[in-house]
Amino acid sequence: MLLNIKNLHVAIDGKEILKGLNLGVNKGELHAIMGPNGTGKSTLAAAITGREGYEITQGEILYDGEVINEMAPDERANKGIFLSFQYPVEIPGVSMTNFMRTAINAQREFNGQPPIPAGEFLKKMEEKKKLVDIHSKLTNRSVNEGFSGGEKKKNEIFQMAMLEPKLAILDETDSGLDIDALKVVAKGVNELRSEDNAFIVITHYQRLLEYIVPDFVHVIYDGQIVKSGGKGLALELEEKGYDWITEKIEA
Amino acid sequence: MQKTETAYMPLESSLINVFDQHQKELFDASHPKVSHSRAEAIEFLKEKGLPTRKNEKWKNSPFPKQYEKDYLIDIPSATYDKNVNEIFHCEVHGFEAHTYSLLNGWYYSPEEKQLETLENGVVVGSMRKAQSKYPELFAKYYGTMANHQQDGFAAANTALFRDGIFIYVPDDVEVENTMQLIKMINREEPLMVHSRNLIILGKNSKLTFMHCDDSVNHYSSFINTLTEVYINENAYFDLYKLQNINDNTSLLNNTFFQQERNSRLRVNVLSLNGGKIRNELHVDLMGEYAEADLNGVYLMDKQQHIDNQVFVNHAKPNCYSNELFKGVLDEEASGIFNGYIFVARDAQKTNAFQRNNNILMTPKAVIDTMPFLEIYADDVKCSHGATIGQLDNEAMFYLMQRGISKADSRLLLMYAFLAEVTTKVSIDALRNNYEDMIKRRLRGELSICERCVLHCSTPDKPVEFEIDMSKI
Repeated sequence: MLLNIKNLHVAIDGKEILKGLNLGVNKGELHAIMGPNGTGKSTLAAAITGREGYEITQGEILYDGEVINEMAPDERANKGIFLSFQYPVEIPGVSMTNFMRTAINAQREFNGQPPIPAGEFLKKMEEKKKLVDIHSKLTNRSVNEGFSGGEKKKNEIFQMAMLEPKLAILDETDSGLDIDALKVVAKGVNELRSEDNAFIVITHYQRLLEYIVPDFVHVIYDGQIVKSGGKGLALELEEKGYDWITEKIEA
Repeated sequence: MQKTETAYMPLESSLINVFDQHQKELFDASHPKVSHSRAEAIEFLKEKGLPTRKNEKWKNSPFPKQYEKDYLIDIPSATYDKNVNEIFHCEVHGFEAHTYSLLNGWYYSPEEKQLETLENGVVVGSMRKAQSKYPELFAKYYGTMANHQQDGFAAANTALFRDGIFIYVPDDVEVENTMQLIKMINREEPLMVHSRNLIILGKNSKLTFMHCDDSVNHYSSFINTLTEVYINENAYFDLYKLQNINDNTSLLNNTFFQQERNSRLRVNVLSLNGGKIRNELHVDLMGEYAEADLNGVYLMDKQQHIDNQVFVNHAKPNCYSNELFKGVLDEEASGIFNGYIFVARDAQKTNAFQRNNNILMTPKAVIDTMPFLEIYADDVKCSHGATIGQLDNEAMFYLMQRGISKADSRLLLMYAFLAEVTTKVSIDALRNNYEDMIKRRLRGELSICERCVLHCSTPDKPVEFEIDMSKI
């Protein structure tokens, strides 16, 4: 199993958000995590990627057979965990090109490889830009600075394509996207899917899952996964809303 | 209030004593105007002493703490026996510059080159020599930009200076190559140096000048420099100040500019290292449509101190000034930014902007930033802004999530923060040098740190990020 989360409890400032969450993800799979707002979807992404301030109070996260509860975010990233941010950060003064080259070289150093030759790097940039319809102009600019909402999300998928992660987590990648941008993002994700990697797609709506078809759908409610199923579950949720699940639990 | 003799601090007494002992030499070698101001200045110093922290402009300054120390104040000029390159290796490479140097405050060159007239008519050389050879220029310009009664340091400089650099660019001459002044101190005794510079740009002329303060060892010194610059109509002066001195040195850099109609001034101050640095820029915009673009970057750590005092006087309408100072203070470093803009009643259509942004890396680092605008005209555009912050945690996590180490992420963000200023350096080779020096400074690799035995930070391993701000 690539990712195995066992009885995960996570607290922010002492307040428990995840309350015993279990999730297993194998290579080649795409899992959708759905649920109402404020139930712990983004907290799960933060806990897997090692964001500061998210304290694991119980349970463990196993990645590739290794407990990563205490591992630094950069080490997790270099081991192949990638997060497509819900709100990508603008970093004025750092060009996209330099940023990507630095990230790729960090990964290569981690794997005992020499820095990427300039020619190879440029070729790779060109290739991956096409995947998500990114214009050259964007990569000459500072990271996310002045990008539109759609451009920022495309840029996340572009970075994912560049870094070729084993486990990619897409946190609300569909929020703020018009239908054309959504299709581009979905196309990019679908092209990157393979037998060797896995995806966790966090979304509030079913819309994205029309274009990125999941193998499994999970519903988070009050810090736990309360229902799992196949892609049909997403449609059911779209039709009936979340109430029929949450009411059952409250009862 | 008049100071009584017993009330003098040790440094004040030494300054006054040295003046009294060397009066004859000081007056004999001087132009009448220089002599006259020496006499006035020493009276001012005797009466007021050096500035204390009670003085608003010196409120948080650590300089007054230096007055307890005893410095060696006057030393004879060195005879030229070595090439400068043997004493000091300049960190700035790959661009064309004519280099001049001051060693322990004295113009350092072979006798025949103490005062040169270049092919294009530009005069460059020792202040000491220039005053006898060009008395009319001294009569017209010396002491007219600076106010030697501004404070005790300006007075001490005026009373005691022996040498410095003199540059005269005639009308219509555009100097192609950058002129670089390297100032070095190489004494083991704690030395106090008063150097005085005068730069005159004729109408429609152009000069790019680099003013470098460097240490060649880790010994203590106190450098009190005063520079006057006259920028005549339609002339352009591009000034770079590079400061990379040791942690035991106090550097006071007082620069006064007077700008005439349509003239342009651009200043870039890069303070890389130094125990205590105070830069004062005084800009008088005395002709319409004059422009002043004043920029600074500072990187301080340990217990270093940086103080940038910028005074812009909009005396005439339709002028433009812009101040942008950015800095990173690490460990227990402290800093001051004091930006003062004065707009006279008739100076309509003034555009004056000012911004100071700081990053404090630790809870012990301190910055006092004080914008001050005094505006008497009613049709002006003025703005000021000051920020103090830490590195953005969101951005840190974003970079680290892409696999970049914590240390490199910090460097990248600090570098990016400063890039807004460094990209304004218009000479490509120089900008690359600037960026390279900042990069190395942030990594803890800059040479003075390597040479200085007191340096405590050790760069553990080379950093992998490449900043080649390139075309790609």
